[in-house]
Amino acid sequence: MLRYIVRRVLWGVALLFLVSAVIFLIFYVFPSADPAKLRAGRQANPQLIEQIRDQLGLSDPYLEQFARYMTQVFTPFDWFGAAAHGGTGPLNFGRSFQSNTPVSEIIYERLPATALLVAGAVVFWLLMGLPVGIISAVKRRSALDRTTMVTSLALISAPVFWLGLVALYLFASDVGLIHVFPGIGSYLDADSFWAKCWSLFLPWLVLAAATAAIYARYLRSSLIDVMSEDYIRTARAKGVSEGNVIMRHGVRSAITPIVTLLGLDVGLLLAGNAILTESVFNIPGVGREIVVAINRSDLPLIQGIVLFGAFFIVTFNLIVDIAYAYLDPRVRYR
Amino acid sequence: MTATVAPDAADGASVEAETGLLEIRDLVKHFPIKSGVLIDREIGRVRAVDGVSLTVKEGETLGLVGESGSGKSTLCRTVLQLIPPTSGSVRFDGQEIVGRRGHTMRPLRREMQMIFQDPYASLNPRQRVGQIIGTPLRIHGLASGDTLKRQVNELLERVGLGPEHYNRFPHEFSGGQRQRIGIARALSLRPKMIIADEPVSALDVSIQAQIINLLEDLQDEFKLTYVFVAHDLGVIRHVSDRIAVMYLGKIVELGPAERVYSNPIHPYTLSLLSALPIPDPRANAAREQIVLEGDIPSPANPPSGCRFHTRCPYATEICSEEEPQLLHYGNGHFAACHHPLHREHPEAVKEALPGLEREPA
Amino acid sequence: MSLLEVQDLKVHFHTEDGVVKAVDGASFSVEEGQTLGIVGESGCGKSVANMTILGLTRSPVTSIEGRILLEGRDLNEASADELQSIRGQDIAMIFQDPLTSLHPFYKIGKQLTEAIHAHQDMSKQAARDRAAELLGLVGIPDAKNRLNDYPHEFSGGMRQRVMIAMALVNDPRILIADEPTTALDVTIQAQILRLIQRLQDQLGMAVILITHDLGVVADVADYINVMYAGRIVEAGTLDEIFYDPQHPYTWGLLGSLARPDRPRAHRLSQIQGQPPSLLAPPQGCHFRPRCPHEFDRCKQTPGLDPRSGTREHLDRCWLPPERKRTLRVIQGDQIGLEVPAA
Repeated sequence: MLRYIVRRVLWGVALLFLVSAVIFLIFYVFPSADPAKLRAGRQANPQLIEQIRDQLGLSDPYLEQFARYMTQVFTPFDWFGAAAHGGTGPLNFGRSFQSNTPVSEIIYERLPATALLVAGAVVFWLLMGLPVGIISAVKRRSALDRTTMVTSLALISAPVFWLGLVALYLFASDVGLIHVFPGIGSYLDADSFWAKCWSLFLPWLVLAAATAAIYARYLRSSLIDVMSEDYIRTARAKGVSEGNVIMRHGVRSAITPIVTLLGLDVGLLLAGNAILTESVFNIPGVGREIVVAINRSDLPLIQGIVLFGAFFIVTFNLIVDIAYAYLDPRVRYR
Repeated sequence: MTATVAPDAADGASVEAETGLLEIRDLVKHFPIKSGVLIDREIGRVRAVDGVSLTVKEGETLGLVGESGSGKSTLCRTVLQLIPPTSGSVRFDGQEIVGRRGHTMRPLRREMQMIFQDPYASLNPRQRVGQIIGTPLRIHGLASGDTLKRQVNELLERVGLGPEHYNRFPHEFSGGQRQRIGIARALSLRPKMIIADEPVSALDVSIQAQIINLLEDLQDEFKLTYVFVAHDLGVIRHVSDRIAVMYLGKIVELGPAERVYSNPIHPYTLSLLSALPIPDPRANAAREQIVLEGDIPSPANPPSGCRFHTRCPYATEICSEEEPQLLHYGNGHFAACHHPLHREHPEAVKEALPGLEREPA
Repeated sequence: MSLLEVQDLKVHFHTEDGVVKAVDGASFSVEEGQTLGIVGESGCGKSVANMTILGLTRSPVTSIEGRILLEGRDLNEASADELQSIRGQDIAMIFQDPLTSLHPFYKIGKQLTEAIHAHQDMSKQAARDRAAELLGLVGIPDAKNRLNDYPHEFSGGMRQRVMIAMALVNDPRILIADEPTTALDVTIQAQILRLIQRLQDQLGMAVILITHDLGVVADVADYINVMYAGRIVEAGTLDEIFYDPQHPYTWGLLGSLARPDRPRAHRLSQIQGQPPSLLAPPQGCHFRPRCPHEFDRCKQTPGLDPRSGTREHLDRCWLPPERKRTLRVIQGDQIGLEVPAA
């Protein structure tokens, strides 16, 4: 088991390294525009551009730039002229072209909102999707099953921003038909932690809706397959109660692909996949920020968010792999 | 009825000296076991086939018997070059086939065909029966169009099906019928040799008899040579001219079917025969069954010396140190054992198998 | 009163293609300490009938008729809770493939103690001790430590021993073994059969052994039922079935075996045709289309009655007993019916 974990961690680190290299290539070796010019902005003149180019170390050979970049991201040392060209690390992604604030600061500011949004959504989609999936599988072909499957199909097909707008239309306290939940922009107004949570209620439901539907369908089909396995028959023959047969024997087996999915989904969402939800509800999260950054061609910010996102995805992939080995003992010997 | 014991290993005849349609010499197939932290390294090998020499004579049926881990299935696949051997030689009809690839192998593939064990898995569920049987003919350019259809229908009839089955899919047939389709496919190229890997194990008893009879009829009609793999000793004895017993990648006994049955030399063969349930209650009750202790060892970690020594009731010190060679004991009967039963434990044979019909020596 | 008595059991599955008559009127009984062998090929209903005893076939699409009397109490009428209490406690069942029949994610100690806790109030430690005791009883070395292993860490024969241990943990009165050795190698099969016999002697339970292998029942059974297409076609003691078989299907089964204890047959006698579809079985005797001795009375379903003289020996064939003996003798050489000299 330990060997399995070590192996996965090493591969994870290697992967991060690879991703950083690709990002570097995209932004500095084959950029769509000259970073120096972008930094210079509208008052650009050749001298300013040259000055900036020097400051950012853009004239140095690529390999040196790459080494410096990796040093600034991963280590606190002053190698390859880190201190002189942007400062030492770790997690130093440079400064935003727009505001000149360190990118890492911007990300740290934005991350909590996204994290809270994702955390709440996860709780909701698990609470909504899993029981529905289990009940639908157990009561296959009943009216309940058919209703839930059709509903889930609808929720999956509906675009999340549309769902968000509909939800606001129906339930927002300021503009909705029924005044229940806080509306757009309420997150920004919220001061306490609980107020923030309350303001995220609608976004949680909206973000969770489609995912819950997917998980429900997935678990349903996984559980249906598992319930026809021989070991389920054995459990019944032993005299185990039906409830335990379903939960301890059936769901226990059927849940493993869901765990994998969960890890990947969370990783992606933290990396910025909640863009649409954040945009509709005006939540100042990482997703919103990257949209803004892209519109402004704010290279360091884009690059920082992308790298951060890659880090989350790789980490959660790793967590999922380890969780899988914990859940399925047969895997541990690979 | 006592059988005369086979003479001692005197004449030094060896398996290697025989000639025949199929000559296997020192065939080895090892599967590497890989593991590692970042990069996979080989940490062991599964010695599926570990030095097998065998000759199959034209027109005969060689029965290959063994339990899990014996390597009999791997041996079949390696002989047919479906998986490349690790080392060794296989000569078919005088020609070496190890190392051949692609178009040099193709003409030989016409001569050697295989029937598989699981009739539910060995037919492509997306192809119709006519396609399944006709594709080999088409690939080898032997027939096309109407001629093809006619030949396929002839084959269908020959195996006990009919032209009405031409357009059906495998899932519409029972296990026994699917096995017939598999046989028709193997026959389509008029091969010289067919390797049947447990062709009846997955079938019901009453259907087994049908398929076995069919295979025997076809052998006479098409002048086929069979290598018949099974774990059911009753079936093996019925169909085989000669029998080879395999254990953990090696042949432990080889000889004419009746001899191996009535006068086994290797203790493993005896235990196989002894474990065989006989459908005769009084005969069953009368015998002194040898029940082996323990599990079959893993082919990744075979015991030292004689591989059977960990479970052999007659093992001594030399058995764990030195691997016995396959020696000739007269009349084409070979065995690899330091304590051949006919010399050292003749009473054990009689006690374990009193009910078995013995042919006079 | 018999320990277990099944009366005229019918199990029909209502599918999209029609009604599958998996079991179509089966009656048998088991006494204390007896071994009943139920022999038949795939699709004959032997597994379905026995799973129905434990109520494992109950579902909205299944209709079950008949009575299943466990010491007089009809299990067919029992509620789900009552059945759950009986499963693993009064009657235990083991299945064919021990690899897929054990949950891959739980240690076997956990699976064993689960069987205990489902029926008995015991402390966790006491349950573990009992589990280790059973593992030792079935011949698994180092039992206490092996409780912490997963199923895939055992070999095939060992896994089947674990299954047997799990079934016996609550001292059941009846053990139903559904093809327990079919997936195992011949030498391991012999070990497992010996084990079941030894345990039966030690613990005194009745055993229902389901198999397609006539050799296996010849080894361990006291009484045999031969099933075909959902019905029992012949029932009798071990000697009666092997030395005085009355039904043509039984003759066919015995004749089509490649027997190592007889001289090598030139050709195996075979039963032509195939088992019937259970959606539309033949009218009357189900074996009619494949029977070489069919005559017009066979269109009427024969009852399972004693026709050959002995009260216990039942069969479902209209042929008069003397005619049976004549027909059988013709095939006699291949069936092997001579009673060996004492």
